[in-house]
Amino acid sequence: MSSAATATERIGVPVYDSARRGSRTLEEALALWTYRSLVYELVIRDIKVRYKRSVLGIFWTMLAPLLNMVALTLVFSAILRNQIQNYPAYFMAGSIFWAFFSQTTTSTASHTQESNEIAKRIYVPRSVFVAASVGVGLVNLVLSIAPLLAIIVATGFPLHATLVFLPVSIAIVALFTAGVAFLLFTFASRFTDVREMYQVLVQTWFFLTPIVYHPSIVPPRFRFALWANPMYYLVQTFRKPIYDGVLPSAGLLAGSIGFSVVVLVTGWVYFCHRADQFAYRT
Amino acid sequence: MAAIALEGVSVSYRIPRERIRSIKEYAIHKLKRRVVYDDFQALHDVRLTIEAGETVGLIGPNGAGKSTLLRLIARVIQPTAGRVVVAGKTAPLLELGLGLHGELTGRENVLLQGALLGFSRAEMKRRMARIIAFAELEEFVDAPMRTYSTGMAARLAFSVATDVDPDILLVDEALAVGDERFQIKCHDRMDAFREAGKTVLLVSHAMAQVRDNCRRAIWIHEGRVKRDGPALEVTEAYHLWSVETALAPGSVSGAAAP
Repeated sequence: MSSAATATERIGVPVYDSARRGSRTLEEALALWTYRSLVYELVIRDIKVRYKRSVLGIFWTMLAPLLNMVALTLVFSAILRNQIQNYPAYFMAGSIFWAFFSQTTTSTASHTQESNEIAKRIYVPRSVFVAASVGVGLVNLVLSIAPLLAIIVATGFPLHATLVFLPVSIAIVALFTAGVAFLLFTFASRFTDVREMYQVLVQTWFFLTPIVYHPSIVPPRFRFALWANPMYYLVQTFRKPIYDGVLPSAGLLAGSIGFSVVVLVTGWVYFCHRADQFAYRT
Repeated sequence: MAAIALEGVSVSYRIPRERIRSIKEYAIHKLKRRVVYDDFQALHDVRLTIEAGETVGLIGPNGAGKSTLLRLIARVIQPTAGRVVVAGKTAPLLELGLGLHGELTGRENVLLQGALLGFSRAEMKRRMARIIAFAELEEFVDAPMRTYSTGMAARLAFSVATDVDPDILLVDEALAVGDERFQIKCHDRMDAFREAGKTVLLVSHAMAQVRDNCRRAIWIHEGRVKRDGPALEVTEAYHLWSVETALAPGSVSGAAAP
């Protein structure tokens, strides 16, 4: 006790005391803020490493979803042509939303090992790794808006003024994605097969969410499945300003923001309470 | 004034008897009620005080708990019991080159390494020229790291880690980097640290290195402090023990130690 007391006497020196720990969720949040430059560097590293050595460089980000989109659009247009006008714009709006969510969460799950390896050796708040995955996803999402707009213009579809709402919907979607990413990171740190299981789940979830089809084709007796699905509110919040030219309704916003906040808080709290244990796993 | 104080610190790792890595296996084991853990006690009730400005060598056989002790002080792990108090900024020289990326240039890696140590981009840019100069890598900083030799990469990492002006330097056998010229520079920098009144904690198996660098040495044995005192005395005792037990017939570990 005496020695510890003298250690704390010096003024202006940061003192770490393992016994004096505040709320874990608060501490992790503060640490994440302190280490924000690491989040930034990790995002930069990821983007640079992925694109630096390819001839197409950053344009690859736009080209990859574009080609993917063209293929899928051709397939689904043939089937659903008569139900949705300007199907390419409809599909692509939903699809870049989905790509952001699924790529971000999947990459978080597959980077747990590397991240924990680093955090086992030097002190860094583990949440920086999840935050960095979300950051990379956001960069890719913003970049993929360019080909989306290109498709809208090329197909003679109007560019709605409601597009200015996009930053708000992206923020909501990012909160939800971060929440799922925190949960996944925690599970995937414990069990290695979480990644494969999650991939199957995401595939199924994609078809349960109205992205290739319009929500109106869901028969009334299955509507509850839409309403119980957070992704329904999120995709609608994201797509309406782009495709329908209207702002999402209050009910829709309540659904998407509600789910996002609940999932983010749950994910964050669970993550923070488990994060300490990751270092002890061998 | 204590820079580091450990009070009754114990650390135990929980190791499952069988490696259960997947949910499937976990479910099967749970159903059969067979998830059995062993608690491996890495440190038992360790009490230590290290004053600011001391240079201390940590010695002991493999698996004695030296690295666990360093990780506690670097706050990578939390004690299972007891209390760890560290006053001042620590710089871990534990894993040089951790997080270096081959596709990034030397300069970009400096920024990333700095961020891993908690420094902002602006701060690292300010230090950049000095770091590169100390590593003597001016000609290569804009080439991707994968073109570097192992020694060059280690030099860069060492330069970053020691440029950050810590109060407490934690060194885990990391000093054997680079060629002899660079080794001399490393030792010079370590001396400068000592002279500036910084606290240095050095884990090493090289007794000569401990005697050269440290006044005090602590011998950790099976998770306990076995001996703590002047470096010369403690390293001598440890050396004797090592020779005795290594040559004693049938002995594998330090179980027979007095």
